[in-house]
Formats: sequence, C-alpha cells, structure tokens
Amino acid sequence: MLSRTADNLYWLSRYMERADCLARILDVTQRLAQLPAAYGGSTNEWRSALLTAGCADLFKQVHGEDANEQNVINFLAFAPENPSSIRNCFEIARTNARSVRTALTIEMWETINSAWLELKRYSTKNMTREELARFLSFVKETSLRFDGAAYRTMLRNDAFWFSRVGMYVERADNTARILDVKYHVLLPESEHVGGPLDYFQWASILRSVSALTSFHWVYRESVKPWLVADLLILNAQMPRSLTSCYQNITRYLDDIAAYYGRQGGSQRIARSTLTKLGNSRMDDIFVTGLHEFIDSFVFENNRLGSTVTEQYLL
Amino acid sequence: MSVAFDEMTNGDGSIRPAYAALSRWLSNVPPDVLDYRRKEAEFIFRRIGITFAVYGDSDAQERLIPFDIIPRILTGTEWRRMSRGLEQRTKALNLYLKDIYSRREILKAGVVPEDLVYQNPAFRPEMNGQKVPHDLYVHIAGIDVVRVDADTFYVLEDNARTPSGVSYMLENREIMMRLFPELFADNRVAPVENYTDELLATLKSVAPHSASSDPAVVVLTPGIYNSAYYEHSFLADKLGVELVEGRDLFVRNDVVYMRTTEGPRRVDVIYRRLDDDFLDPLAFRPDSALGVPGLMSAYNAGNVTLTNAVGTGVADDKAVYSYMPDIIRFYLGEEPLLKNVPTWRCREADHLKYVLDHLSELVVKEVHGSGGYGMLIGPRADKAQIELFRAKLKQDPNNFIAQPTLALSTCPTFVEEGIAPRHVDLRPFVLTGSDKVRIVPGGLTRVALEAGSLVVNSSQGGGTKDTWVLEES
Repeated sequence: MLSRTADNLYWLSRYMERADCLARILDVTQRLAQLPAAYGGSTNEWRSALLTAGCADLFKQVHGEDANEQNVINFLAFAPENPSSIRNCFEIARTNARSVRTALTIEMWETINSAWLELKRYSTKNMTREELARFLSFVKETSLRFDGAAYRTMLRNDAFWFSRVGMYVERADNTARILDVKYHVLLPESEHVGGPLDYFQWASILRSVSALTSFHWVYRESVKPWLVADLLILNAQMPRSLTSCYQNITRYLDDIAAYYGRQGGSQRIARSTLTKLGNSRMDDIFVTGLHEFIDSFVFENNRLGSTVTEQYLL
Repeated sequence: MSVAFDEMTNGDGSIRPAYAALSRWLSNVPPDVLDYRRKEAEFIFRRIGITFAVYGDSDAQERLIPFDIIPRILTGTEWRRMSRGLEQRTKALNLYLKDIYSRREILKAGVVPEDLVYQNPAFRPEMNGQKVPHDLYVHIAGIDVVRVDADTFYVLEDNARTPSGVSYMLENREIMMRLFPELFADNRVAPVENYTDELLATLKSVAPHSASSDPAVVVLTPGIYNSAYYEHSFLADKLGVELVEGRDLFVRNDVVYMRTTEGPRRVDVIYRRLDDDFLDPLAFRPDSALGVPGLMSAYNAGNVTLTNAVGTGVADDKAVYSYMPDIIRFYLGEEPLLKNVPTWRCREADHLKYVLDHLSELVVKEVHGSGGYGMLIGPRADKAQIELFRAKLKQDPNNFIAQPTLALSTCPTFVEEGIAPRHVDLRPFVLTGSDKVRIVPGGLTRVALEAGSLVVNSSQGGGTKDTWVLEES
C-alpha cells in the first residue's frame, strides 16, 4: 500500500485512541476533584490531569500556573491551541480519514464523519457538568464505534495491521503516562512518597483505564497499589496493560513482516520490549524503581514509533 | 423565448409515456413523504461526505450539491439514438487530437483555422509528434447534452480534459434505490452501477505496450482540498486502485513508481484528475507542488499512459466546438448524429456584428470558460451587464462565442412550493478503450433549482437528479 496511506491510517488510529484516553482522564479527574479533601480530593487533580495528558508545558505557556476545572477541561477537550485536544484529535482524524477514504470501510468513515459533524454541537465554552458528561460519553462511544467498525469490517491486510499498531502504540503510551504521573501512589506501603494515600486514588487509576471491575475479577481482593501496578503493567488479561499492548503490537508487526516477506527494526524493538515485560516481576520492578522502569518503557515505545515511521511510512 | 418542452407533461396536459408510472406515483404520494425522503437523502449524503468545495467561498468549504428526488427519465429508444451520437462524436475527438499533434491534415484542408490550434492556451507543443499509447487521447469524455423538444437533443459542450460528476450519477442511483424501492419495481430502469468496472477495463486496455498483463492503475488527485476530491476517492475505491497524490509518485529512468510500504512499485496507467499545467513542474508550471517531476519524460518515453492524454483541451473549448460537425464529417465521412447548438463565432466579423446587434437575445460565453462563470445570458441581463459584455466583445472578439437562448427542457422537480418544472441538462460519460467504446445508460442530470433559471452548474446553485433509461420490456 501507499506509504502515505499507511501513515494516515496509523495516525488516524492514534488520534482516535488519544481522544478516548483524554475523555477518560477528564472523567476521572472530575470525579476525584469532587471528593471531600479527607478522601484525597485535596491535591490539585487538574494539574495532574494535564501531566497525564502530556500537555502541562503547553498549558503553562497559554494559561500560566493557574490550573482549574474550567480552563483544564477547555484546554484538554476543546482548545484549538492544544494540538492534542479532543476536538483537534477528531479534526485531524477526519482530515486523515478524508485523505485515505479508499483504505477505510464505509462504517469507519461514517463513524469519524458523523462524530466530526456532531462535534460542532459541543462548541460552547463553560459547559455545565452535565453537558460535559454527555460530551465525554459521546467521545468514548465514538472511539468504541470506530474500533468496532475497524475490527468488524476491515480486510485483514496491511491497512488493518498498521491501524492496529497505531492504536496499541498510543494506548501503551497513555497507560504508561498514567502510571508515570501516579506512580508515587502505587509504591508498596513502606515506600510512600505522597503521604497517606487511599483507595480513591487507586480506584481512580483503575477507572482511567476502565478496569475497576476487572481488577476484582482478576485478583479477587480489595484494591492494593502494587496489584494495580501489576494489572496495568504485566497482566496480559488486561487489554490496556503494557504487556497486552505489546503482545498486540508484536503480533501485528509480525503479520506485516510476514505479508511483505521481510523483518526489520520495528519487529526487533517490539519483540525485545515484549520479552523484557515477560521476564519482569513486579517485586523486581519495585526494587529497581517503578519510575525508572516506566521512563525506560516510554523511551522504547517512542523509539518503536519512529522506527515504524522510518521503516514503512516515509 | 418559446415555452420550454416539459419531459413529463405535454402542452395539452397529457403525460408522456416514459413518465406514466412516475406521474401516477407522484399524484398519490403525500407531499410530507417527499419532504421526509428529501431530508433523509440529504442526511445520508452528508454522512457519507459527498461534498464539493466552491472556489472563492471560504464559509462553504464543504457543501452538498442539492439532490432532487424526482428522477429524470429517457426511453430506451431515445437513449440508443443519443448514445450512437456520443460514440461518433468521441471517435471524432480522438481522431482530431491525433491529427492535431501529428500531420495536421485538418488544418491543411482548411476545415479548422490554424490559429484556433496554435493560439489556444490548451495546445501543448510538447505533444507534437509524440505517440500516445493506442493513439487515444480522450479516454473519458463528458458530453453535455440538452433537449429542446421531443426529438431534438443538442450537444452543448464537450468535456475532454477531466470531466467530473460521474460519482453523483452513481451515488444518486444508490440513494434512489434505497429511498424509493417501490418506484424501481414499477419501472424497468437500466443499471449504471457497472460504470466503474467498465472504467477499469477501459483504463487497463490503454496501458503502455511495455506494461505487464495486469497493469497497475492509479487515480491521481490534487488532494483533499480539490473541489472534486470526493469523486476522486470514490472512483479509486470503486476501481480498487490506489488514490495517489503527486508526492506519492516519483520517476526514475523514465519509469513512474509509487512509494509503498514495500518500496517502489511501478505504475502503468494514471487516471489523472489534475490539469495539464500541474502535472509536471519540470515540463509545465515550475511552481506546482501537486505534480510529479519527470512525469512528462516518462510519458514521452511511452512508459506510462495518462488518461486523459496531455493537451486534449485543444479539442474541447467553445470555439472548436462550433467546428465539431465539420470535424466529424472530415474524419468519419458521416453526418453528425447529434446536433450542435447554432453558434456564432465572434472571431468572424459578420458573426460578431450579428451578436453585437442581438446581445439581449443571446447567451455569450467565454471560449475557455467553464462552470458557468463569465457568461452573459442576454434575456436575463440588465443594461449595464450587456454594455459590459459589449465592451469585452469588441476588445477581444476571439475570446467569445454566442448562442441563442435555448429553451432547455424541464422536468418535474421537488422544490419549496411543491413539484414544479425546472430546466435540466445531461452529462453522459463516454469511455474509450483500445478495444471498444463503453457508455453506461444514463449520466448526470443537472437541474437549475431556481424557477426559470438556465444555469445548472453546481457552482452556481444547480442540483442533480438521478437519470433513468427505461428498458422496453
């Protein structure tokens, strides 16, 4: 297929996934910020939402230090000056979709196009909390529809594989960033950095990857921070865990390599990251440092992204 | 101006046979059902994204072409007559272009004046003496036809460059079948959906002789900001070929390749929807970023087929148009089956004098204009507009032709005030391959939605209709 088409598909899926992740972050942040201070609602959750979304620096340039509910929601959801706002994610996704219409199925295109048309209805600044809730569920539903449309209607060929690789690279990045921002609340009890932490912080992390219910099914115990870390990093059953993302990335990159009859750098990086995750145990990760582990993961994940680009998309 | 011929209803109120079933249906269907279906159609069009851009109108970057839900109907007999005429005309266009870029017999014979070729901005000296694969230039033609009475169809214009609109022909049919299945049960409508298969067969048939037995075809688009981008992607999709932009292609050793995830892949046939000027910055406009450097040298080396060929514009402007009947006689030795609209060439002194004396009755068009821009419709113009055109005509008579204001036929159309007659034209698409000519039964009917208006161009507020050719069962 055309390199430009593959590039567009890859980024299209990344932006749809990113929009979904932003919606979850906003959802969780609002829930957490509403808690009484005694339950962990005292810290500046809005600032931490910016960090998780990876937009803190840009936000500071535009708004300065003051991060509050209104300006963070607006920045992450609608601001035109934030290239990764939900609105921009949808805009870019649609532009990409328009230039690769031939590689999309009707169902995928209609999902993106109708979301883009619908988005115009949510242009108001200062929306009420109720409106915001409706907006966020619209975003999440759109990405579910897109994902489902891709899964159910695309031919299983390189177009499908590149879009899947894009989605999982983005998803791994998002999960890792959530861990990176919140890692201090996940350390075993003896190593607290953030003072006395409680259930609500841990639960909010699980919610941001829609895994609160899954947690109980997997571990059958009450929420413990090291188990949350295990679920998000190593547990292959959990669809947003780093391990699960890399199982998928490796598989789809291998499909591409088999189809083209040639392996390359991106296949090697993906396999080595997956092996590393497979050989890790949570205890060791805590000993060598959770933060360092996640840092190096984010670095490798970015390296994979640029290798995929060099190998296929130029 | 006489009363226009209505395709459904005769002057005495009786219904013409082709419209019998439709007329019965229209008189039974409640208006709110029509209104509801129209809204549904619009909703579907917008969701599918069948939009076009209007140049110079930044607010309306993506607009829908209004779709009228009442079909326009031709009988099989009418269609067969017309399609023989279309085939004849397209054959003549191809022979003319081959001649113009080689021996120029027609100029030597004095049938067409030389300056119409040499002074023509669409004439491409680069094509002189160049052999194009299979001697074909116009593989895809859109011939605009209007009707003035029960028996007379005129060709209004030949489009031999990159005619557009075929996606609307196909999508209009799709949507009609979805919205009005009962109408299709009552009428035996010839299908058009095989157009893209016929197009693919045509494109493959004109591949260079050096190409493999399964030539690689691509559609070349200027990109998503082009007004017809939807159509480009639609066609590539239905053809099952790559939709490329200039930057996706490159030329090495006079061979064209596309950049793919598996490395360079050879391209044999380019269905280009990009004007000549932008094709190759090395040969034409050096500032064009849309084209492919070196494309012309690959073309001249015979390693790639461009459809349509470079330089076809020299055959389809409005000045050459007036010579088409002579061109048909010259190459085919036949009488034209489809008539031309009587045309005054303002380049000829006696014609110019007549035109200047009758401006308020005539339609005056720029020779190289398109899309309904820059024309004068005498009977609807005010004094100032007429004087403006008088000045333009005197200053540069060669740039204009004039025609009588035709009473274009009307068809029933669903508008604000209900069902009312509106003027229509028709653009059938003629495909010419190395093996044969293919024409699917139908075309794009364009309709002027304003009462009395004769301007059907989408850029000027025209709409479209599904076009039915009835099979006699």
